[in-house]
Amino acid sequence: MTNRAGRDTLLFAGLAVLIALVFAAQGAAFGTRMLVEASCLAIVALGLTIQWGYAGLFNVGTMGFIAIAAYTTVLVSFPVNGAFWTSNGPALLGKTALYLVVGVLLTYAMSQTHRLGLPKKIRTLLALIAGAATYIAVSGALGQAAAHIEGEAGFVGGFGLPVWIGWLGGGIVAGALGWVMGRITLGLRADYMAIATLGIAEIVKAYLKNADWLTRGTLTVSPLPWPVPTPAELGFVMSRAAYLSVTAVMIVVIFVLLQRAWAAPWGRMMRAIRDNELSAAAMGKDINRRRLEMFVLGNVIIGIGGGALITFSSIFDPSSFLPLNHTFLIWVMVILGGAGNNLGTIFGALFVYVIWTMSEPAALFLFDQIAYWGDRLFDWQAPADMTTRALQMRVFVIGLTITLVLRFAPRGLIPERPVKYE
Amino acid sequence: MTEVDLLTALPVREFVFFINKGIIAGLIIGSIYALGAVGVTLIFGILRFAHLAHGDMMTTGAFIALVLTALLPGAGALVGLPTAFVLMPIAMALTALLAIVLDRWFYRPLRQANVRPVTIVMASVGVMLMMQGLIRLVFGTGTRPLYVGAKDIYRVPVGDGFIVVTEPQLLLFAFTALCIVALHFFLTRARLGKAMRAVSDNADLARVSGIPTEHVVRATWIIGGALAAAGGTLLALDVTLKPDLSFNILLPIFAAAIVGGIGQPYGAVAGGLVVGFTETLAVFNWAILLRPLKPFLPDWVELPTQLALVPTEYKIVIPFFILIAVLIWRPTGIFRGSVIK
Repeated sequence: MTNRAGRDTLLFAGLAVLIALVFAAQGAAFGTRMLVEASCLAIVALGLTIQWGYAGLFNVGTMGFIAIAAYTTVLVSFPVNGAFWTSNGPALLGKTALYLVVGVLLTYAMSQTHRLGLPKKIRTLLALIAGAATYIAVSGALGQAAAHIEGEAGFVGGFGLPVWIGWLGGGIVAGALGWVMGRITLGLRADYMAIATLGIAEIVKAYLKNADWLTRGTLTVSPLPWPVPTPAELGFVMSRAAYLSVTAVMIVVIFVLLQRAWAAPWGRMMRAIRDNELSAAAMGKDINRRRLEMFVLGNVIIGIGGGALITFSSIFDPSSFLPLNHTFLIWVMVILGGAGNNLGTIFGALFVYVIWTMSEPAALFLFDQIAYWGDRLFDWQAPADMTTRALQMRVFVIGLTITLVLRFAPRGLIPERPVKYE
Repeated sequence: MTEVDLLTALPVREFVFFINKGIIAGLIIGSIYALGAVGVTLIFGILRFAHLAHGDMMTTGAFIALVLTALLPGAGALVGLPTAFVLMPIAMALTALLAIVLDRWFYRPLRQANVRPVTIVMASVGVMLMMQGLIRLVFGTGTRPLYVGAKDIYRVPVGDGFIVVTEPQLLLFAFTALCIVALHFFLTRARLGKAMRAVSDNADLARVSGIPTEHVVRATWIIGGALAAAGGTLLALDVTLKPDLSFNILLPIFAAAIVGGIGQPYGAVAGGLVVGFTETLAVFNWAILLRPLKPFLPDWVELPTQLALVPTEYKIVIPFFILIAVLIWRPTGIFRGSVIK
């Protein structure tokens, strides 16, 4: 036991030294920014470790859940756009919503007509027709509303509520999306969930990018309000440090709650389901319901982390969400740190993010040297887009790390500790 | 109305437009999806995991063809076909080899360690990122043409319009048809092909009846890799070669494989065409087909100028919804593949 604790201490001490080196080399403003981003990603990684480490669910759509939560945060916390509320926009959106509700109710009613004695084929046909009519009516009304809002007010603006409500809202919306995804794919094998989540992430991004009336699309929304004094009031270092204290408190709260839950009977049940599905089912556990619970809980935490991340960056740009940064980097954090171990996940998040931030200058330096020596020794002309290419090296390294960790250290640097009951 | 009036009133021009933008475009993209989906469905059926790196394998195959074209620029002129198409068999062989090497380095050790299948899916994500990174590192992030020179364009006159097909498109149709026929004979006549179907149906039963699993696995990777390279090269010949194909094509080919039923190569072909046509027809502007009705309608009916079911920006939504619909109502796919639990 002491041996393990010693190892953990050593790892965290090494991490502290690494962070101190970054602070010394790049200055405190850079260092605090890096730490805040790492802490937000650590929250996301904790959500993912619930899904992958606790429940064995393969979510490849982290980016989508982060993006939708980030947008919800913007919607809730961004100042009210007066032009939108005085225009016809709300009424038109209300009309769209009314169409949607009526259409959905009608479609549902049609899908139940077999109870009245209609043959199943006619029922299906009626339901399909009702669904198609709803789609046409809603998309028509929405198109009208969108054109009106874009013309009159730019975009819908926000509600001007406190930021923490936005983060919670982001978590709830991400959880709700997760619930829908889970209902569809959890009965099937994990691979199907991987493909479906991969798809939903791309769709969320495509929608946020193109729905200008909602998100201003490529025009981006900024500056987002902060829960703490902004750099303009306190200066970069102090305001970022204040932000860091907020996220650190969030991590601690989530960590403590997860640890308690994991040691509780609930956690024991989840481990039983993960390790031996059949016997857990034989003991009367509703496996799919429990998995859904895990998936939604994980997504709520991912959403909260995503909200915190976007607020800190202070600008909402739908095209800034990248599968590499917002899905696969977080995957590396979780599996390298130790899936199923909360402490390991936090360690992995901080460690990987420090390495990731420093890898950009490192890659540029390396390729600069290659170009220089290639020119001197072999008369080799480096291509003009060398810098954009050099950064692609990081994609390769992320992929290599995933495969190597899976093969040689499948349990991560700080592996999950089996809970022993005396 | 006399006969002549009726003829001129027939919407020939609109019909030709529909064939060009709807049918031919759907057939092209459907064939590409089919070539990818056959590999995905075979790997899913035999090795029991979703190979997420398949899209990048297609891109890699196309880039191998690009390098070969640069090395032997004169090869096409000898037979009068595009150089990249003539050299495509070499690219297919090299990609098949690459697939085997990737399996040996990254997937087989995990299989032998008896990990959960989903861990192998994750390894395939790692392989996907590695391929993506390497391709962009070597070739940059820009797009480049694979077809050298001006494309031969064939115009079939219909009425006063033309049905337009380019040379790479014809080659694509011919090659896809050839592949499917060859695959059919391989799977139904050859010993190894039958063994593959046996493993796909019931892996344990196949193993105890003495089927050499390693050979079957190798054949799977060869077929999957070769068809992926062909699909990637033909797509690049038709449009352009770009390094970020992977995600955009991954969802449709998986939708195609699942629609067709996992482990069913014919299903994958059908699924590819279904997904390709649905996608094309959903973004097709149907208002053009309504235009000939204009003279017959009363004045107060205003025909919309844009009548696509889905805006082009949301094209990626379509394979996703096909996927979801199939997963909800018929997880076995239309060809009754296996639901791998």
